[in-house]
Amino acid sequence: MPVFPLGDDRLGWTRRTPVARLVRWAGWLIGVAAFVWCWNRISEVTTWFFVWDAPRIAQDILARATPPRWSYMDHLWVPIWDTLNIATLGTLIALCLAVPVAFLAARNTTPSRVFVRPVALLIIVSTRSINSLIWALLLIAIIGPGVFAGIIAIAIRSIGFCAKLLYEAIEEIDPAQVEAITATGASPLQVMSYGIVPQILPAFAGIAVFRWDINIRESTVLGLVGAGGIGLQLSSSLNTLAWPQVSLILIVILLAVIISEWVSAKIRGAIV
Amino acid sequence: MLKIEKLVKTYKTGDKALKAVDMEVPRGQVVSLIGPSGAGKSTLIRCINRLVEPTSGKVWLGDVEISGLNAGALRRERRRMGMIFQEYALIERLTVMENVLSGRLGYVGFWRSFLRRYPQSDVNEAFRLLDRVGLLEMADKRADELSGGQRQRVGICRALIQNPALLLVDEPTASLDPKTSRQIMRLITELCAERKLAAIVNIHDVALAQMFVQRVIGLRFGAIEFDGLPTALTPEVLTAIYGEEDWQATIRKDGESGELSV
Repeated sequence: MPVFPLGDDRLGWTRRTPVARLVRWAGWLIGVAAFVWCWNRISEVTTWFFVWDAPRIAQDILARATPPRWSYMDHLWVPIWDTLNIATLGTLIALCLAVPVAFLAARNTTPSRVFVRPVALLIIVSTRSINSLIWALLLIAIIGPGVFAGIIAIAIRSIGFCAKLLYEAIEEIDPAQVEAITATGASPLQVMSYGIVPQILPAFAGIAVFRWDINIRESTVLGLVGAGGIGLQLSSSLNTLAWPQVSLILIVILLAVIISEWVSAKIRGAIV
Repeated sequence: MLKIEKLVKTYKTGDKALKAVDMEVPRGQVVSLIGPSGAGKSTLIRCINRLVEPTSGKVWLGDVEISGLNAGALRRERRRMGMIFQEYALIERLTVMENVLSGRLGYVGFWRSFLRRYPQSDVNEAFRLLDRVGLLEMADKRADELSGGQRQRVGICRALIQNPALLLVDEPTASLDPKTSRQIMRLITELCAERKLAAIVNIHDVALAQMFVQRVIGLRFGAIEFDGLPTALTPEVLTAIYGEEDWQATIRKDGESGELSV
């Protein structure tokens, strides 16, 4: 339709038809109007006094928080170790459970697209959709507070994530290699171990390290709800307004995350 | 040796890939299967080892009716049919040796194959085959480090280590340059002669087929249009298989040596 006669024997061309242009203009107009209206609403319900006050308060907290109370470090070694363990063990458990789920969910390896695949997809969606903090709250109620609840919370939250990425990798494999192994008379297990596993191994390693990296960050806050790790110290320091301790904990968390990112980048580089 | 009776394959989409194909291949004969894209060449080859399940018809390999076997028996019979692929279909991240030994998967148990503890006789045979195709020093290289021609040689070794009675070869030279194509075709036909293997070779290159095989079958729209000697491929025959075109440059003329400069 954007091609139109110009009257003589030439043809004109525009990117969009006049109707499409009008629709796009209307769309932009509605978008801008909605933005302005929302801005107004937010402004009405905001106590602007607190907002104008914010820089002063922030400065005040910063002044109280510095210098960090370095001696408090003695109380942090065990919690940060717990945090690392929660992340690592949680990731390992999640990977063990995610591998079979991924094979059941991938279109090309599932035993039944009608019965098994939807169940596997449901597991993936339901574990992914609930935040690990909420899993931790639930699990603390069920199995009591502590590191174990944290590990299970991280594990459950990670199953869906790992399984989803892994089953996408399985669906993208080269079918010719599977065909070739099948043609040798190999059993289904052998087809899997020769035709499929070598193809998804790099993806699997990447997913594992990536999720471990995320889990280190997630496990630092699990203590806020009582699921063990350094978050427990953070929450008690915040509650007692012990700002120098808070700043030290934040520094420790930052370092842990930086180290984990460095490690995972190294591992990923070594595999791919 | 191989006998196909009224083989029909209709895909779920309604495409009739094969319409009652009958053919017979005696022991030791290399047949090339030509025809336009979509004529059913790949389907025919895959219906023989049932990578594609035929809709109806029968396939016999020796005394065994392949088309009637259950899963376990089919796996045992697949060991007697080596397959060679267009894009080599090697396991790219495994070594050449592992790729060759994977041809023995039908003979060894899962744990042995998983732990790569193949019988010494298999390893000996793998080294012998790699030596035969000139890749002995490549045994420890990863498959994705090899050139196209080298990969196809590994593919040939993988098929031969199965100790097959029949080779199913699907466009072995389609991804290779003309010289390597000839070398690969020569290698396949030589090995078939050495071992008295029957082979069905899907191929696009008519001249190349004429150069190396004893018999040509032309397939069009899932039906056999021509079956005869390579020298009987006249422009009229090619027109019947492929449709109207000037064929003079395609056909290998008598007296011209196919073994020119390789």
